[in-house]
Amino acid sequence: MARFVHTAGNLLYRFDSLRDVMAKASPARSGDFLAGVAASSDAERVAAQMALADIPLGQFLDEALIPYEDDEVTRLIIDSHDPEAFAAVSHLTVGGLRDWLLSEAADEHSLRALAPGLTPEMAAAVSKIMRVQDLVLVAQKIRVVTAFRGTMGLRGRLSTRLQPNHPTDEPAGIAASILDGLLYGNGDAMIGINPATDSTASICALLEMLDAVIQRYEIPTQSCVLTHVTTSIEAINRGVPLDLVFQSIAGTEAANASFGVNLNVLQEGYEAGLSLKRGTVGQNLMYFETGQGSALSANAHHGVDQQTCETRAYAVARHFKPFLVNTVVGFIGPEYLYNGKQIIRAGLEDHFCGKLLGVPMGCDICYTNHAEADQDDMDTLLTLLGVAGINFIMGIPGSDDIMLNYQTTSFHDALYARQTLGLRPGPEFEAWLERTGIFTQADGRVRFGNDLPPAFRQALAQLA
Amino acid sequence: MDRSTPAADNPWLALRTLTPARIALGRTGTSLPTQAQLDFQFAHAQARDAVHLPFDHGGLRQQLSDAGHDSLLLHSAASDRHEYLQRPDRGRRLDEASAEHLRAHASANPGGVDLAIVIADGLSALAVHRHSLALIKRFDEQAQADGWSRAPVVLVEQGRVAVADEVGELLGARMTVMLIGERPGLSSPDSLGVYFTYAPRVGLNDAARNCISNVRLEGLSYGMAAHRLLYLMREACRRQLSGVKLKDEAEIQRIDGDDSTAKVGNFLLGEE
Repeated sequence: MARFVHTAGNLLYRFDSLRDVMAKASPARSGDFLAGVAASSDAERVAAQMALADIPLGQFLDEALIPYEDDEVTRLIIDSHDPEAFAAVSHLTVGGLRDWLLSEAADEHSLRALAPGLTPEMAAAVSKIMRVQDLVLVAQKIRVVTAFRGTMGLRGRLSTRLQPNHPTDEPAGIAASILDGLLYGNGDAMIGINPATDSTASICALLEMLDAVIQRYEIPTQSCVLTHVTTSIEAINRGVPLDLVFQSIAGTEAANASFGVNLNVLQEGYEAGLSLKRGTVGQNLMYFETGQGSALSANAHHGVDQQTCETRAYAVARHFKPFLVNTVVGFIGPEYLYNGKQIIRAGLEDHFCGKLLGVPMGCDICYTNHAEADQDDMDTLLTLLGVAGINFIMGIPGSDDIMLNYQTTSFHDALYARQTLGLRPGPEFEAWLERTGIFTQADGRVRFGNDLPPAFRQALAQLA
Repeated sequence: MDRSTPAADNPWLALRTLTPARIALGRTGTSLPTQAQLDFQFAHAQARDAVHLPFDHGGLRQQLSDAGHDSLLLHSAASDRHEYLQRPDRGRRLDEASAEHLRAHASANPGGVDLAIVIADGLSALAVHRHSLALIKRFDEQAQADGWSRAPVVLVEQGRVAVADEVGELLGARMTVMLIGERPGLSSPDSLGVYFTYAPRVGLNDAARNCISNVRLEGLSYGMAAHRLLYLMREACRRQLSGVKLKDEAEIQRIDGDDSTAKVGNFLLGEE
């Protein structure tokens, strides 16, 4: 028997469960069709959104989309729910929550207080009945500030991860991309390498190199080599200087198992990182990457739509007080997000839901060559996320990642966002850029120095 | 015509010799100069064209025939490119007519074969047009010398890697070698992938295969790819398996090599 019914346009629409309403209310995307959980027509989708809007928020505490007994992420969500924080909205329906979020009552202070009272499913539900402008407007009210050697997420700031990947991890090639990025003012979120080789020794060599560069040039940033959390733990045990502990995560226990992690392993990684005490202005040090479709691709979605699965990953993330979380939105391919429209919407949903839950969200604004997307779509998403107050984006040379074979935002793209939206780098890094004479920013406008910084001129001279 | 431009020159152009990355592009204001902008657009256009280029199976079958290879043409359960991109499950299976065609071939040629070579367009028909025949020529001589019996070369339109499992199972093949167009990169629209499976059957996952990637003129050579493939095939016949378990041992030497050459030094760090 249908659990939820809704009448619209003289038709009666029936939905089997909360999970069914959620999936059918999701704005259309290829991954939900692939999973067989999407609405079968546009009208059914809006009817599901209407039914969802009428559901009291408390229902999400009574009816787990993935059973408590079967999934440690569900247990984490339920066991860490804060009823006092929830009290501010506990009388509302999903539709009522949307109205409240858009109202004057929801400001930076009240939204921060609410975060621990919301479950990922509540955040995902309300996002499904919000338009792009709603997702931008509400996210823009929220600030999630974190710190390690630099401070992220302050209002009016936008940080960048300098991603100097190289197809064979050649140190000189990586160094060339690092210098290129620094001279275009990128890298305050981190200098973060996706290694081509996953042997522990080469991971350790990359970590040593990044630490040496950061120290030599006194750059107020943090290093990261994106390897499995157990490899980072091993590197720490070997005494290697490691700043941020990375891991890909997803929103179900089974999907995390496909990544070779669970909450205990993540806790071990977090504690190993903390033991080094390398942060100077803060101790947030976990760096997580996520993306819609990862649970489905691991066949671990339990019939839950991909946007809700993704939002559940933020509950995993926030448990470890992360430095930054990155939704790698267009990397997974067109079978999950088909085109620019779907990628743009997904990026804004992820940012909104993460921020609402108190997670320091960034976005890898990206696409692959088999998706129906191009640079114009990325410009659109970058502009929207810039307005929405995103914590950080990627910065790579000329948008072309020659190791991972996909396109993401370039060093120049970050400068575009600074120029048009007046967004400045994190304060510590901004001071370093001024001190070295790379650029200054006043009234939004970026002014580059006339000469190369002496330290870098010296390094370049070695090549001649 | 005045070709000068107001874009700022780049004082660290020398770094270009150190990486194929798009560094030292210069800037106009804070934006990409026109030349760099259009270079990128062209690279992306080439990659997009490669994804959507139709599979010229007629041309390839003619070339195979000229080289002395029989071939069969099949189609996956994904009807067109649009469906192929959104339904990977359908690209992994044959359509009903193709499966029937293979069954008929197998009952007319009973007893199975050692090797079935499968060619699928994958995400770049361009890669298949350019490299599949040349690679087959390189490795087929050796395959013959090893005395392996071979089925006709099977071409699959709108095919993904796993469709070779169904082809291999229906033909009763001991091994399949799948040649398939890889997802085009911005600088590599014609990269061919080679997937090897021992004892193929429907339902295997990637852990059961070995992959040799990036076969193209600027990447892995035909000779090296053929060499690695033959090594894998002979080891697989000896140990009667493929995939992760086979790879683990085959790659130990390479990983050790990486360890010993792991370097820290570069121009940014210079002499201490």
